[in-house]
Amino acid sequence: MTAKKINMKDFLINNGIIVVLVLLAIFTAIKQPSFATPDNLKNIALNVAPRFIIACGVSGCLITRGTDLSAGRIVGLSACLAGTLLQKPGYSGKFFPNLPDFGIWWVFVVLLICILVACLFGLINGLVVSYLQVPAFIGTLGMQLIVYGACLVYTNATPIGGYRPAYTEVAKGRLFGFMPYLFLIALAVGLVIWFVYNKTPHGKYMYAIGGNEQAAEVSGVNTKKTKIIIYVTAAALYALGGFLVGAKSGGSSVNMGMGWELEAIAACTIGGVSVNGGIGKVSGVLIGVLVFEILKTCLQYLGVNTNYQYIAQGIVIVVAIALDIRKYIAKK
Amino acid sequence: MAENYRLEMVGISKSFPGVKALDKINLKVRPGTVHALMGENGAGKSTLMKCLFGIYKMDEGEVLIDGAKVSIANPDDALHKGLAMVHQELQPVPARSIAENMYLGRFPIYKIGPLKVIDHKTMNAEAEKWLKDVKMTFNPKAKLGTLSIGQMQSVEIAKAVSQNAKLVILDEPTSSLTDNEVEALFRIIRDLKSRGVSMIYISHKMAEIRQIADDITIMRDGTYVGSWEVADISDEEIVKQMVGRELGNVYPPKDDYRTEETVLKVSHLSSIHERSFQDCSFELKKGEILGFGGLVGAQRTELMEAIFGMRNISGGEVEVLGKKVEIKCPKDAIGDSVGMITEDRRGNGIFGCLSISDNTAIASYRNYTTAGVIQKKRVASVVKDSIAKLSIKTPNDRTQIQSLSGGNQQKVIIARWLASNPEILIMDEPTRGIDVGAKYEIYQIMIDLVKQGKSIIMISSEMPELIGMSNRIIVMCGGRITGEVEDSEATQEKIMAYATKFDINKTENNSKQEVKS
Repeated sequence: MTAKKINMKDFLINNGIIVVLVLLAIFTAIKQPSFATPDNLKNIALNVAPRFIIACGVSGCLITRGTDLSAGRIVGLSACLAGTLLQKPGYSGKFFPNLPDFGIWWVFVVLLICILVACLFGLINGLVVSYLQVPAFIGTLGMQLIVYGACLVYTNATPIGGYRPAYTEVAKGRLFGFMPYLFLIALAVGLVIWFVYNKTPHGKYMYAIGGNEQAAEVSGVNTKKTKIIIYVTAAALYALGGFLVGAKSGGSSVNMGMGWELEAIAACTIGGVSVNGGIGKVSGVLIGVLVFEILKTCLQYLGVNTNYQYIAQGIVIVVAIALDIRKYIAKK
Repeated sequence: MAENYRLEMVGISKSFPGVKALDKINLKVRPGTVHALMGENGAGKSTLMKCLFGIYKMDEGEVLIDGAKVSIANPDDALHKGLAMVHQELQPVPARSIAENMYLGRFPIYKIGPLKVIDHKTMNAEAEKWLKDVKMTFNPKAKLGTLSIGQMQSVEIAKAVSQNAKLVILDEPTSSLTDNEVEALFRIIRDLKSRGVSMIYISHKMAEIRQIADDITIMRDGTYVGSWEVADISDEEIVKQMVGRELGNVYPPKDDYRTEETVLKVSHLSSIHERSFQDCSFELKKGEILGFGGLVGAQRTELMEAIFGMRNISGGEVEVLGKKVEIKCPKDAIGDSVGMITEDRRGNGIFGCLSISDNTAIASYRNYTTAGVIQKKRVASVVKDSIAKLSIKTPNDRTQIQSLSGGNQQKVIIARWLASNPEILIMDEPTRGIDVGAKYEIYQIMIDLVKQGKSIIMISSEMPELIGMSNRIIVMCGGRITGEVEDSEATQEKIMAYATKFDINKTENNSKQEVKS
């Protein structure tokens, strides 16, 4: 009897946020029947896809006891970069008026350019965190400002629109007419990241660094190299995320992805990625992103004022991390 | 002897689960004297002091100050009763001023209405007065971090005096001081003595005891050996009293598996820090268990960590398997077939939140990888084998290592190195904090390893373990190798004599300094 009680308590500590949100979703579905329609669920799924990709990137940093506050800004930069290079040939406000039409493959080339540019910033993040040993919080905070500035300089703060159909098709298109590309890309990223985390030495080293960095070094792990790879990979994923978000919204500006790093960190934490390092699963990251997105949608459907939505999200983040720490303390 | 004592500790006993840490210890300190407290590592000196300061609750015994029975609840309470401690590892706030460090937690205060404000003027003036009292002329507003360790210690003593301490405990105060600083410290001690302050002086250094102490109490394995006036006891007698115990039958039968082949040759290895290991040379033979003995602070761990690439060296060479190697980080060492089980299991040994499987395989994943993918089956079978071979007690290989006992955790770390299969394994205090049964099993694993032609370096602070397990023992003291004994000739007295051979070092140090200048 008591054992059951304790299990119940453990269950609530471990999954409290998720339980509350499932209840919230049920409540919303009853009050607003339009919430539980296939259209809306599909909409949520499409919103989740890019955010999941970005959260996957952040999760590596978190597992090694770091963080990456430049995520959202790199998303924005990537969206702008892709936007400027993928405008319709006849569009009047073209960023590069003389950019020739390279054909359909150009979309992939641009994606590659976005990823390469982001990787450069990710590399700097990694070097600063591993070699200069600047705390990740500070190092990537600096990078957040740098990337934002770079994006402002590049776009001159003008909004970008008039995308080629080939680009917007990436987000709007469906395989065999029913499976959105966006969904497939996110699925592929999830699988690759899961594979790396669980099946490769790099993944094992990542968990080891998060578990005990000194012990990892003593065990012969090249901790610096591992961390650099993590920050570069993360940046590449932000770039992919930004590219997709740009395609999805059909336009972009420097403010795209603002604050997404915090959302991603919060989602990871809700999904069980420990802020104390060493613990975190890709499936957890997915759950975290889902929960966070459902929370936002529920609040919208319940007609909660946007201003209050921020307050609710903030509370969820703090409670999630407080519960995460509790798990850790309980284990001692 | 109807003498009155400043402090009397009578019949102090303290047990921890499974261990009797203190067994009826007596300590009587006369007013205005320095009382040396001596004993090997783990003899219980620190535990006794922790009992005195109320950090541990004693099970039995009583404490009297100036003849009155007292009970001390915590270090703060001890301070109010006139006891102060200068710790072996100082805990200052280097970025704040000297005065602030001295008055931390008891700042002089004046009130502006309901606001409490620190009275800096009074604090600085008071601090300066007390510093002068111990012949220190520092500006109390200077940052503590600008002082040397010796000077910080003096500040600590000034702090103790300013709190009206009647008894000051100095725990290995000279372990990181230069000769000049030691002289300065001794002047302060003599001055305090003349003013009737008593001191308990914990140290291993025989020469210092002779210079400064009046009485001596010796402890061994948590028991009370006896008390003497320093003038009445010889150095040899002190050493004998510190180690005089019988070797138990806790070691597996040992054979000599040594061969002529040298697997590790260390020549003139010196640390970048002057007070760490200097000019250390030794050789390790294939199939040998080479013990490293010495007291805490002998820099044995530092030397081994340098060989393993965890610390920087200023000079010297390391040859592994006949080849000169340059080891810059543990990864290089592992590449050169050297493994190391570190002393601080929690700090840089285990990955607490990871599974036994991950903890075992972490150092050898690169050997079990095809095309960048870990061969899950091979890893699983290696882990399964080690769990069976080392009889690690665990529900399964996915259990988090932090839920195991210390002995089983240590076995997992041994398994980690068995999996990576180095020719040379350095084991730093391999049986610390482990119960007797697990100890025996670890000894057996070590013997199996040398039987297979591996070579082991074992640092141990437990002398019976050193003698019971090693083929040969190298003893260090103050960062230098001071002696070497074959196991057939090894006695605890001999090792202890080498381990306390500070005087020789000093003359060597001095001659070196002269050469430099």
